[in-house]
Amino acid sequence: MSASGGKGGAAVKAGTGATAPRRSIRGKTNAWLDHHRKVAYESLSSLLRDWMTSLMTWLVIGIAIALPVLLFVMLVNVGEIGEDWDGDPRISLYLKQGVSEADGRSLGTRLRQDADIESVLYISANEALSEFRALSGFGDVMNALDKNPLPAVLELKPSNADVGELRLKVAMLARNELVDTVKFDLEWIERLFAMLLLGERLVMSLGLVLALGVLLVIGNTIRLAIENRRSEIEIVKLVGGTDSFVRRPFLYLGFWYGLGGSVLAWVLVQASLLFLAGPVEVLAQSYRDDFALTGLNAASTAIIFGGGTILGVFGALLAVGRHLSEIEPK
Amino acid sequence: MIRFDEVSKRYPDGKEALSRVSFELVSGEMVFLTGHSGAGKSTLMKLIIVMERPSQGQVFVNGTNLNRISPRKIPQIRRNVGVVFQNHQLLFDRTVFDNVALPLTIAGVSHREVGRRVRAALSKVSLSDKEKKYPITLSGGEQQRVGIARAVVNKPAVILADEPTGNLDPDLSREIMDLFNLFNQVGVTTMIATHDLGLVKRMKRRELILDHGNLKERQ
Repeated sequence: MSASGGKGGAAVKAGTGATAPRRSIRGKTNAWLDHHRKVAYESLSSLLRDWMTSLMTWLVIGIAIALPVLLFVMLVNVGEIGEDWDGDPRISLYLKQGVSEADGRSLGTRLRQDADIESVLYISANEALSEFRALSGFGDVMNALDKNPLPAVLELKPSNADVGELRLKVAMLARNELVDTVKFDLEWIERLFAMLLLGERLVMSLGLVLALGVLLVIGNTIRLAIENRRSEIEIVKLVGGTDSFVRRPFLYLGFWYGLGGSVLAWVLVQASLLFLAGPVEVLAQSYRDDFALTGLNAASTAIIFGGGTILGVFGALLAVGRHLSEIEPK
Repeated sequence: MIRFDEVSKRYPDGKEALSRVSFELVSGEMVFLTGHSGAGKSTLMKLIIVMERPSQGQVFVNGTNLNRISPRKIPQIRRNVGVVFQNHQLLFDRTVFDNVALPLTIAGVSHREVGRRVRAALSKVSLSDKEKKYPITLSGGEQQRVGIARAVVNKPAVILADEPTGNLDPDLSREIMDLFNLFNQVGVTTMIATHDLGLVKRMKRRELILDHGNLKERQ
């Protein structure tokens, strides 16, 4: 059935003296876009009119998004410390006190002939001491000692990266009579990565829970908005509004809640990073001089905005699906 | 245009609002629907815009059997029927212009066209100077005219009016009736539910009388 019956169309035409123009597909599309624009604008301005209430909702959403994001950023930074480690495991052989430099060096030369060892660096007890003085800041303490407490070290760079074989090698080296202890660097790197993985999982599950929270907050807010506009919905349905027409303003509300919340989340994360950057860098530079806190780049910003907006629209969809069909004109 | 075929409506509480009602309105006709309050006038009109479904029998509007219509198609039916309510059903947070424009916005009419048609409809109900006003600032008669402008703005084939003069004094009632007459004269099928029998007598139109859900007719 056409939108206006032939008779009715002709009738009012005669009444108004207006000619009824043909409604082209393009005209319809333009009207549809116009309506989207209008609804988007109206829903945003309704949020801004009641800005205190809206800000509360935005803050709740913002905090819920910012929390996992901030934790994730920290994980990424810790991970970078691990990654900057050139990835190759090192084996440090601490030689027994009293082993002469000549014996130490010849052990080094012998080990170098092993196909599994790429390079060997001999650090004498004196070299170790001066390095320690320079880096640790405990130079004065060392001066107070009458004897160098540090052992000579052979630092091996294995050419074979297979962890299992390296472990065997380490066990073998530990049996050498000149060697006091063997330290295998891979272990703490492995531990670090295991902890990072654990941290990542924790952040992910926290993120999921908080995303669910955001959905519920937005869903509940939209439910209240639907309740407030019940009579309007009834009237729109009475004069022939389709479900998608009725749904539209609420989906835009969800869109603005999500977008606003994620913008606030972004601001919160950046502010916290700025606040932390100073102390973190001071701390990090005592270990490495090139460390800078990594913040949010364009891609992660886009993910936050996109994710927040999708959450908003999805929360609104859930609320609308549940509550809108209950409202029928009486 | 509108045909009822042995239509009965029984509400869940057991009350039978309509029993085996049959009648037909041809295109361009104008009828009055009268009867005591609770006789089933509102129910009959609700069936035409699918606010209610019949318990038995069939309702046809413009050849479409409303029993066979899916919920998704209901908006299409309603767009073709302009309805005037006793309590106006206006949006009080929108201007008169926006209220009248609502059916056009819903139908996806372009912005320019909306402006033109809304002004045409408002001028027909003599409210051209009120388009920027909010309904709350208007008198009862003016609000009713806004409702009428909204009902006719989308050029529907059918107009239903449920007690359109219910709260108005005789002069205003006559004015409103003259408006419906005007629309009917240009071919819109019109059905008006009222209990203002004097008015009905004066208009000399076909009259459908409901009595406890049973339909009688007076020519």
